[in-house]
Amino acid sequence: MSFPWAQEYTPSHPFMKWVDEKLPIPRLVYNAVGGGYEVPRNLNYMWNFGFLAGLCLIIQIVTGIVMAMHYAANTAVAFDTIEQTVRDVNWGWLMRYAHANGASAFFVVIYIHIFRGFFYGSYKAPREMVWLLGVVIFLLMMATAFMGYVLPWGQMSFWGAKVITGLFGAIPFVGEPLQQWLLGGFAPDNAALNRFFSLHYLLPFVILGVVILHIWALHIPGSSNPTGVEVKSSSDTVPFYPYFVAKDGWFIGVFAILFSIMVFYLPNTLGHPDNYIPANPMSTPAHIVPEWYFWPFYAILRAFTQDFFFIPAKLMGVLAMFGAILVWFFLPWLDKSPVRSGNYRPLYKKFFLFGLIPAMAVLFYCGGAPAEEPYVMLSQLASLYYFAHFLIIIPIVSAIEKPLPLPYSITESVLGADEGSQLRPAHGATEAVHGDAAVNGA
Amino acid sequence: MAETEGVRRRDFINIAAVSAAGVAGVGIVIPLVSQMSASADVLAASSTEVDISAIQPGQAIKAIFRKQPVFVRNLTPKEIEEANAVDASSLRDPQTLAERTKEGKENWLITMGVCTHLGCVPLGAGEGEVKGEFGGYFCPCHGSSYDTAARIRKGPAPTNLEVPEYAFTSDTVVKIG
Amino acid sequence: MARILSILVGLFFTVALAWSFGKGAYTAITEPAVPTAEHEFHEHPKALHLASDGPFGKFDKQQLQRGFQIYKEVCSACHSLSHVAFRDLGQLGYSEGQVKAIAAGFQVPGTDPNTGEANTRPGMPTDYFPKPFANDIAARAANNNAIPPDLSLMTKARHDGSAYVYSLLTGYQAQPAELLKRFPDSKTPNGLHYNPYFANLNLAMAPPLTGDGQVEYGPGNPKPTVDQMAKDVAAFLVWTAEPKLEKRNQTGLVVVLFLLFATVLGYMSYRNVWASKKH
Repeated sequence: MSFPWAQEYTPSHPFMKWVDEKLPIPRLVYNAVGGGYEVPRNLNYMWNFGFLAGLCLIIQIVTGIVMAMHYAANTAVAFDTIEQTVRDVNWGWLMRYAHANGASAFFVVIYIHIFRGFFYGSYKAPREMVWLLGVVIFLLMMATAFMGYVLPWGQMSFWGAKVITGLFGAIPFVGEPLQQWLLGGFAPDNAALNRFFSLHYLLPFVILGVVILHIWALHIPGSSNPTGVEVKSSSDTVPFYPYFVAKDGWFIGVFAILFSIMVFYLPNTLGHPDNYIPANPMSTPAHIVPEWYFWPFYAILRAFTQDFFFIPAKLMGVLAMFGAILVWFFLPWLDKSPVRSGNYRPLYKKFFLFGLIPAMAVLFYCGGAPAEEPYVMLSQLASLYYFAHFLIIIPIVSAIEKPLPLPYSITESVLGADEGSQLRPAHGATEAVHGDAAVNGA
Repeated sequence: MAETEGVRRRDFINIAAVSAAGVAGVGIVIPLVSQMSASADVLAASSTEVDISAIQPGQAIKAIFRKQPVFVRNLTPKEIEEANAVDASSLRDPQTLAERTKEGKENWLITMGVCTHLGCVPLGAGEGEVKGEFGGYFCPCHGSSYDTAARIRKGPAPTNLEVPEYAFTSDTVVKIG
Repeated sequence: MARILSILVGLFFTVALAWSFGKGAYTAITEPAVPTAEHEFHEHPKALHLASDGPFGKFDKQQLQRGFQIYKEVCSACHSLSHVAFRDLGQLGYSEGQVKAIAAGFQVPGTDPNTGEANTRPGMPTDYFPKPFANDIAARAANNNAIPPDLSLMTKARHDGSAYVYSLLTGYQAQPAELLKRFPDSKTPNGLHYNPYFANLNLAMAPPLTGDGQVEYGPGNPKPTVDQMAKDVAAFLVWTAEPKLEKRNQTGLVVVLFLLFATVLGYMSYRNVWASKKH
């Protein structure tokens, strides 16, 4: 895969040579996150979040395995076992808070990672598969996080499970039996808690598998970059080791500081107090909200307050909530602009910065607010923009926009036109150095 | 010369940064390992009080200590005599009965009910159970026989049944652990 | 083709949303939301400062002991503390002997060793605080149809936990005349008690802290005014909800300081590595 100038793995120790001949894992690692992976030299800090997301997944798997050692998935004791973990198990409080806040950290990182993709057109050819696998990971993360939140069996756990499975009840004809099948009963109880625990333990490893595919698919064309211009020559790239190991490495420190402040000083800030009340199927909390990372989609769900012709409002809400994520799958084919980076797409940039970002901010805010005015009306406007942005604005903008001139190469964008210009081929020479002339030239 | 100085300083910073990452890694491993050791509630339940007033000579009870059986036996004078008749130095795990009981309370033999071979519960404490050929305890798993002082006499077990730490808080109550 | 399809789907959702928005806006204008007493008269908790606040917070053990005394002498008649064991009280500065004596002062559920019937026995340090009622039905029957909630996690189970407990305990008052004037139907029902810090303004719990000097604090302690007692029990409930708070703060300090140092080193190393590469 990779570029012709990428360094080849040469074992420095006879033992590594021996392993590499039998099972080329050292080579695999070297080519994935070592000197063998050539990366555009102009990546900005937005490109650090993929690595961080991987770190978050590891934090969640490790702390999650620990939590599972002390947890019992039974409605009679689930709440107590978590409390006992926090109070009596050595460092149990740290494991619990790291796992709960780790989920939030994972979503912060992943949202930045996704919106980086939106702005820099990372979903475009030849990286469509990377994008599709990424959306699959996001869906799996949402399922895992939702089921994990049910496990402590607090009030929000119970009512979250009831409301979210209730969404499936909105599906015509099969809704009610489907909901009963999901829960293994008429309401969330032991059957639901046990299957959620089983799946909550399983899915992270599925995510890990898809992450490996995601990285594999990325390494075929190589990383994208802030100019969106494809790599042309060896001066455009630097090897992952040591350059990006150093950059990702120190940035992990920044992440770890922020994460530690959350875990050690604000461990319950992102959680809801009601989840410290044991589940009570007889009494609903005054104000049910999911965890913060679901707020935008929860706001979209609640934005549909009126039946639309023959479609009930509830079904519209469910369709829209799932549709809001499914539409990301089609993005590579909705955005036909040959230019990737938003920096060279003046119109797209305006819609991104002054349309999509504020709309998401409003959806985040309204999803966590009670279902009252003005929050409902605000979320209706923001949801309207959200769907318009992806389904109407992007296809039209990509057709009519006149992009800004792109730099000839990554090197030129870094060193400036004068210094970098010697890299331009002589007049008349072919432009198709790396097969993306069509993309740049169109 | 100035050039190599610069290189050395840079190397030093890189090594320091990698070392700091290593320290962080060790710091993360400590709680991950220690979370598996016994939790505070388990440790708190590590002593138990047993009422021995109802145990007649020749009888034994099984109490629970740290989630394991503990045998409390009231020895008959005959059993004490049998135990003292043995030359301790000839045993696999040389101990006299006096060393295994409290002074003035030689009739109270308190031992763990856990065979020192592989951890089965020996027979002999319950009414009518086989006591083995030495009249103490008999482990059915691999045939270890203990005598009336619960010392290993025959079979694969390497040591005598363990005597836990205990104290008489009164004439009728023993605190184990 | 894909573009037309996409725009059609987009129109489907946006028109449906515009329809919902339009109807909602019309309703909002024609039928403005009716204010409710809960909305207008509910108050946010008063500020409360405890020694355990903030990143360097530590428990004031003397205060926790006073708070425990309030729990034992006042709250425990109705409220359980089911996640706390007597042995945990050692963290408040009680000696092993004192913990034993406190535990023995409580009757906990037990089993008669001869008949196997349920009975009670004096508590041991390993026991948890006993529940004042056998079950929810008994709790409901004895408390005017309201179940007194467990207090172990109270300060984490409410917004502004400790301030909420303090405000609620000191917030009982007569219903304001203005409330009755504006919402004549909202008179506090018989058997309930008006308290503006409670979400729906009327709660079943009668004022538990009735007057200054209700409990007897030992020498060297402040006077047991209602305000002081409320503060002390709020501080105690912070501890019951988060007994590891001190350890968390101390560990956090070490971790964050180390990470700051390591991150600075990492940044310098990064600058080194990239020194010769313009990017």
